Amino acid sequence: MNRREFIATGGALIVSFALPVWGQKLPGALDKEPLLDAWLRVGADGRITVFTGKAELGQGIKTAILQIAAEQLAVDMNAIELVTADTALTPNEGYTAGSNSMKDSGTAVLHAAAQAREILIAEAAKRLGVPAGELSAQAGEVRTRDGRRVAYGALVQNELLHVRAAPQSKLIARIADRKYMGKPVARVDIPAKVTGGAAYVHDLRLPDMVHARVVRPPSYGAKLKSVEMEPVAKMAGVLKIVRDGSFLAVVAAREWIAVQAMRALRTHAQWEETRKLPRDVYATLAQLPSQDSVIAGADAQPPQGARLLQAEYRRPYQLHGAIGPACAVARYENGALTIWTHSQGVYPLRGAISELMSMAPERVHCIHLEGSGCYGHNAADDVAADAALVARAVPGTPVRVQWMREDEHAWEPYGPAMITKVRAALDASGNVAGWQYDVWSNTHSSRPGKAGELAAAWSLERPFPPSPPRPIPQPEGGGDRNAIPLYKFPATRVTHHFIPEMPLRVSALRALGGYMNVFSIESFVDELAGAAKADPVAFRLRQLDDPRARDVIRFAAERFGWDAYKKQNGRGRGFAFARYKNLAAYCALAMEVEVQRETGELRVLRVVAAVDSGEAVNPDGIRNQIEGGILQSLSWTTFEAVMYNDARITSRDWGTYPILRFSHVPLAMEVHVIDRPGEHFLGTGEAAQGPAAGALANALAHASGVRVRELPFSPRRLRVTLNA
Amino acid sequence: MISGVALLTALAIVTGFSGCASRGAIAPGAQPQSFPRGQVAKGAELAHLGNCLGCHTAVDGKPYAGGTPIKTPFGTIYGTNITPDADTGIGRWSLEAFTRALREGVDRDGRHLYPAFPYDHFTKVTDEDIAALYAFLMTREPVRQENRTNRVPIPRAFVGVWKSRYFTPGVYQPDSSRSAEWNRGAYLVQGLGHCGACHTPRNKLGAEEKDAAFAGGEVERWHAPALNAASPSPVPWTVEALQQYLRHGIADLHAMSAGPMQEVTHDLSKVADDALRAMATYIVSLDTRSDAERRQHAAAALERAGKMRAMQGNTIYDGACADCHNRGRAEEGGALELPLGTALTVPTPRNLAYIIRDGIVPPEGERGSWMPAFAGMLTNEQLTDLLIYLRALSGQSAWPDVAREVRNISRGDQ
Amino acid sequence: MKLDVNGRAHEVDADPATPLLYVLREDLKLNAAKFGCGLGQCGACTVLADGEAIFSCITPLSVVQGRRITTLEGLGTAEKPGPMQRAFIELQAAQCGYCIPGMMMRAQALLEHKPAASEAEIRAALQPNLCRCGTHMRIVRAAVRAGELMRGKS
Ligand code: FES
Ligand code: FES
Repeated sequence: MNRREFIATGGALIVSFALPVWGQKLPGALDKEPLLDAWLRVGADGRITVFTGKAELGQGIKTAILQIAAEQLAVDMNAIELVTADTALTPNEGYTAGSNSMKDSGTAVLHAAAQAREILIAEAAKRLGVPAGELSAQAGEVRTRDGRRVAYGALVQNELLHVRAAPQSKLIARIADRKYMGKPVARVDIPAKVTGGAAYVHDLRLPDMVHARVVRPPSYGAKLKSVEMEPVAKMAGVLKIVRDGSFLAVVAAREWIAVQAMRALRTHAQWEETRKLPRDVYATLAQLPSQDSVIAGADAQPPQGARLLQAEYRRPYQLHGAIGPACAVARYENGALTIWTHSQGVYPLRGAISELMSMAPERVHCIHLEGSGCYGHNAADDVAADAALVARAVPGTPVRVQWMREDEHAWEPYGPAMITKVRAALDASGNVAGWQYDVWSNTHSSRPGKAGELAAAWSLERPFPPSPPRPIPQPEGGGDRNAIPLYKFPATRVTHHFIPEMPLRVSALRALGGYMNVFSIESFVDELAGAAKADPVAFRLRQLDDPRARDVIRFAAERFGWDAYKKQNGRGRGFAFARYKNLAAYCALAMEVEVQRETGELRVLRVVAAVDSGEAVNPDGIRNQIEGGILQSLSWTTFEAVMYNDARITSRDWGTYPILRFSHVPLAMEVHVIDRPGEHFLGTGEAAQGPAAGALANALAHASGVRVRELPFSPRRLRVTLNA
Repeated sequence: MISGVALLTALAIVTGFSGCASRGAIAPGAQPQSFPRGQVAKGAELAHLGNCLGCHTAVDGKPYAGGTPIKTPFGTIYGTNITPDADTGIGRWSLEAFTRALREGVDRDGRHLYPAFPYDHFTKVTDEDIAALYAFLMTREPVRQENRTNRVPIPRAFVGVWKSRYFTPGVYQPDSSRSAEWNRGAYLVQGLGHCGACHTPRNKLGAEEKDAAFAGGEVERWHAPALNAASPSPVPWTVEALQQYLRHGIADLHAMSAGPMQEVTHDLSKVADDALRAMATYIVSLDTRSDAERRQHAAAALERAGKMRAMQGNTIYDGACADCHNRGRAEEGGALELPLGTALTVPTPRNLAYIIRDGIVPPEGERGSWMPAFAGMLTNEQLTDLLIYLRALSGQSAWPDVAREVRNISRGDQ
Repeated sequence: MKLDVNGRAHEVDADPATPLLYVLREDLKLNAAKFGCGLGQCGACTVLADGEAIFSCITPLSVVQGRRITTLEGLGTAEKPGPMQRAFIELQAAQCGYCIPGMMMRAQALLEHKPAASEAEIRAALQPNLCRCGTHMRIVRAAVRAGELMRGKS
């Protein structure tokens, strides 16, 4: 009997508690999974387990959820065991992505825990014959005023928590009453990570586990013509060579032997390659057929007037580039498959793998374990598929597969190359009178769900073709994420040109199109401010009426010392702002840079950011996310572009794909969190990337007098552009 | 060994001071000046060709503002501020003064310049190119930065003596029996490129031995390989390979630029292809071996490399080097095949030792092949073993006294 | 092969050419040193050999025989964290944390040689190590703090 059947026949408590008002939306992910005991359970021994379908990606979600649960259940954080994404145990919350974890899962746990607490109090009231109003929950017990106590564990018989959630909850909301929420609680995952504990799927060691490496094709679509397996099969320690069509892998007892055998196998493999990567990606994107949709201002008139400005911006393919290449462990036994994975979506992965392996989904169990930070859809799912395929070839034996650095660089799905064009007119008073914005992009999600989204599936004897790419609809959007400015520009018209054909493999990279769109919009807003001879901050403020947007802008500008700034030679300041997805966290930031015209070297000296994530469950966690978002964006924006020739990806390591190193880390960074207790949680993990890119572009323009509209601002590009 | 200083003194006495005196000062030029864009752009390219940044920019310093220590056997000389700052740079230098510095090795005040500034090469540069360089430098960001005092125990007057003996001023004269491209290459290599400053051996007084031009020299304790018929490259260079090397700092069958040369190739990567091709044409022509001889060398080297590949390795090589160096470079993003690497065939193990210790890392934010630094990983004995093993891979006779070289290097001698 | 890791002698049965990283992880079941690139480009695998920070991914086992290897596990435990670990916990200097053990070991090598290293020296020393989550500001602060703790400031 599954949970849903159980509730249909379930006990009286369902009726006795809160019958949801049908059709009324439940908070967060409760709306999809309304049973309270899907989110938390209390054992007879009083042990509390909280379940979330979201995964820890280094963003601190475990800690934040524990804070919420402990607060609302009135227990110590240590008393709770947290179970994250697992297809056998947790709710199906799709992907841990889009900065939605707090909004979805955090909100669900918040209400589930608060409602569970009230149910426990009500049950105690019944048993003790005391009015519920005279009881309080504390440290895992319900207490009366006269000092009687009943432990939660003693209250939970009869599936007490197996009830549907109510639309409203009695939250512990007063700041003064709180122990955990709103406090910079130390992350629960950090001690293991800094002392060598087993913290990642990479660290999983199962008895009799073996190691495999995949010989990836040299380029997209390459076919394995022939391979001489004999010499490698004879190498000491090699257990098996697995071949299915062009999928080629080697299994060895020891990891280093697997690596060497993979290298050896590669030298014995002959491939047939196709040569069709685009020479000039921007020209190619401009020519490929697109599906156009006007996402704002379908009947807005094109901007007109004497003061008309226009610009085009470009962004290359960029890598996720996890520091630890993708890894998975799989075991195939008695027709069932268990996979330990750092996929962002264990349920969708299960769907894809079950199709790939022709297995019923119930026979596939995906368990999330942490990986190296992923920043979107990287190779985590692909390596899980590799592990599954290899595990089936060695039944009963757990197989660990890790990608090599060059596999990760060449095969992960990149953040798509994009082009944006913007035209705007200024009116007589120097305000925007019309705004037309166009963005061209491939999809920003080719995540699994289907076997065809897994790299290995394309190589099999009977391959699975990738699913047709789809745009992500507004209001979240994919390529058009954040394409609609938050500014009150009259006659705004925004068009998304979705390009189905993908010259290179692409998918979700942190912030998706939001990074490029905010970079473009915020660059152009500065260009307009310049044309209007207005201060960039004042120019933004006078065209924004969202008070929270205005607050972060004013706050960041003030803390930066915007108005008192003195320009020095070779230095400049820049400002940018966005509300992620126009519905998540607000982030504004100012920075000062120094640029060396001769060498093209761009250094950020100082960054000041202000963020409003609604109610801040863990302010330090928010700061950590924003700092990280800024630095990652500085790396993308300053250095990063995937290189390739007509057939192969040539960015294969950190030498051929340089990223930020310590020498380019800003000297100082401040992140100010504007807490809004009682407001909705707003996703934060992707709030800073766009604004950081915009501010960098604006500061570069201020420092050098030259507007650079193509990413990245690499030394090479700046040397040429600034001296042209 | 008699010190350079003593020799110089002796030379001064023998030659006498007459005729080597300082020259007159040139009056300050008018400021500020403006220059045609095209001229500035041309000057920029010439500045890269001459690797001016190399000596005139300190680590983490402002471009062209000087302060770079240049260690010579005669002491430490500091690159000067050549930004157009009026007080501390060359802001008051007229074109005439600037030209005289390059042509004659004399500063604006008329004092002799130490030949660490390679005017023995720059003298060959044409008026037109000097004017372009001047236009470029005069349009740089002026930086106020005082010049550091040189630490050379040799009075400037002695430099006059030295010049009278070793320095012949005069613009490059084309060889009409050669192609225009060859002549352009020769002009760039002998002139602004000042390749001989490192690749030609020097005598005890620090002057290039003209008879042994391009026979291999030393710079910052690195060996600068011979560019003539004595080239140590197992596969003789071709124009294409050398052009590729100058542009990208790497040529699959030869070498990856390292040490002082890395900076040069980095600068040259900003120079137009036709100039690089001309330089490569000239340099390859210095190797006077016949085509047949060169082909034979190449075939033998490749065959030897093939055999080495199959040879049982040594555990340090297998664990530390093979994963990249046996992978096949162009194919899989691997590294050079070591038996073809020039660092294994030069007369000293120093280059290879430095490369292993410090790695070869592309300049910050630039793409390039990456050789990691093994500093701290190998003991002196292990490094010695590895060097001996690698030298054997090259098929050359053993290096003399590798262990002592390694010890010297680890003591910080560089 | 004999190995001295974190003050304990180990006997491992592996090809002497095997990079140390694989032996630490597979034979000694130590988690901290991580595979990031296997190319000496990222520093995720950094450990100490006789106090020097090395890339264990390109260090053959044979060369560290008889040398003192220290991994992050040798600096303390979750229950009794050493100063470097205390500093990283105190400053919450991790996001995914994958790069962090390598960062800590490189900072440790510097501070062992130079207990009063400045922030600028710490940044310079950490140059070989990459972090993709953008935790750099905290890593630097934590390393500075570790220096203070080692010098006995609380
Ligand atoms: S894993 Fe060793 S340096 Fe990257
Ligand atoms: S914390 Fe994730 S890579 Fe550094």
